[in-house]
Amino acid sequence: MRFWHKVIAITWKDTLSEMRTKEIVASVLVFTLLVIVIFNFAFGASQERIRLVAPGILWVTFAFAGVLSLSRSFIPEKEQGCLEGLMACPVSREVIYVGKMLGSLLFMLVIEAIALPIFAFLFNLPVLSLQLVVIIVLATVGFAAVGTLFSALAVNTKAREMVLPILFLPIVAPIIISAVMASGLALSGEPWSVLSSWLQIIAAFDVIFLVVSFLIFAFVIEQ
Amino acid sequence: MERPNSTSQAWVIEIQGLTKSFGHHPALRGINLEVGRGESMVIFGPNGAGKTTLIKVLATIINPSSGKVLIDGLDLKDNAEEIRRRIGVATHQTFLYSNLTAYENLEFYSRMYDVPRRKERIHEVVAMVGMTSRLYDRVGTLSRGMQQRLSIARCLLHKPTIILLDEPETGLDQQATSMLGEALQAEGEGKRTIIFTTHSLERGLELGDRLLILNRGKIVYEGLRQALDLTALKEVYQHSTRVGS
Repeated sequence: MRFWHKVIAITWKDTLSEMRTKEIVASVLVFTLLVIVIFNFAFGASQERIRLVAPGILWVTFAFAGVLSLSRSFIPEKEQGCLEGLMACPVSREVIYVGKMLGSLLFMLVIEAIALPIFAFLFNLPVLSLQLVVIIVLATVGFAAVGTLFSALAVNTKAREMVLPILFLPIVAPIIISAVMASGLALSGEPWSVLSSWLQIIAAFDVIFLVVSFLIFAFVIEQ
Repeated sequence: MERPNSTSQAWVIEIQGLTKSFGHHPALRGINLEVGRGESMVIFGPNGAGKTTLIKVLATIINPSSGKVLIDGLDLKDNAEEIRRRIGVATHQTFLYSNLTAYENLEFYSRMYDVPRRKERIHEVVAMVGMTSRLYDRVGTLSRGMQQRLSIARCLLHKPTIILLDEPETGLDQQATSMLGEALQAEGEGKRTIIFTTHSLERGLELGDRLLILNRGKIVYEGLRQALDLTALKEVYQHSTRVGS
């Protein structure tokens, strides 16, 4: 219980801080909307073509929005000199990892929840389905799990804004590919049974990423 | 090197052969040190001497490269979490979130330290540092000195028995500096053990029971306060840091 009490304290602190500045949500949301609008113009009004490329557009948008959002996970701590204060607290490093990861997950889900109806409107696609929501939540958990770890790793480097995407995107490629495939099937109206193998792959990667990141975070943050 | 005639008191902090390197750069080179319960130790040294690194190792913020550190008899490597409970740290960085109010910052840290009766304790420590009137203001709107006062309040929240201070006077005015001394005194039972780094020889001489000079990661002088006046300390400091350079 004490573990979760402190995890929630960290997540709440990050959320409160973000609600005051809207630094992450506002900037990433502008980026996300811009990408969706540009793709909308690029692929024109052909419904057949849009149906073909829509899953790719959706996940390119979410992956890059994720990079932007996750890069801010530890930077404010470092810039305000609070990371050491957090590390001096009597909590395990894993508490810090889970607290920061849940904060990032929350911000990304908020951005996706706002972007998705706009995506549906501009591309005239039935994206507001339970299947797609499950795919997005599962894939975003994987993004947040790996991204939080790499954000902590990148924060102590000089080119921190560049290090994160270089490390993050190749590692989450299996999740992005699976999410694109599953989203394509969901948009085509396929049943759960057809999607299930892709969902299982995403879930498996989520578990692997969560466990590995949880285990090695202490080593990363103390370097 | 001169060593004090220490009594046979139990050591609260025991350091043996402590080293810390950043890449190929050695920041601490074989530190051996004992600090007694209730003792106030002041560490002087030029920039890059290793003062901040030593404080960070003791605060368990960074791991030592080698050597043994015992705090309250607990090995730093195996009991970091328990040790952090007993330590309060204040540095020239305030560890405060500028977008949150003073109260929200202190509440966050009191949750992290499992402070009982959080609200009452926050009001107590804020009163100690004279910041009650600004408790609900955002930290970003406070002056540097006020933020530093708040940082000291944060450090005292969980009633630590050991306090580590790394140049805590940064930004403090004369009145606040005097307040710092009072705020650090014992609350309830027992005197706190304090390790304090500063560039001010006058202030260090005023606050410390024992004086230590670090240079290039090594202890180059260790002595009791009674053994020195300010002039003698200045001479010792200049000699010790010149020899080591």
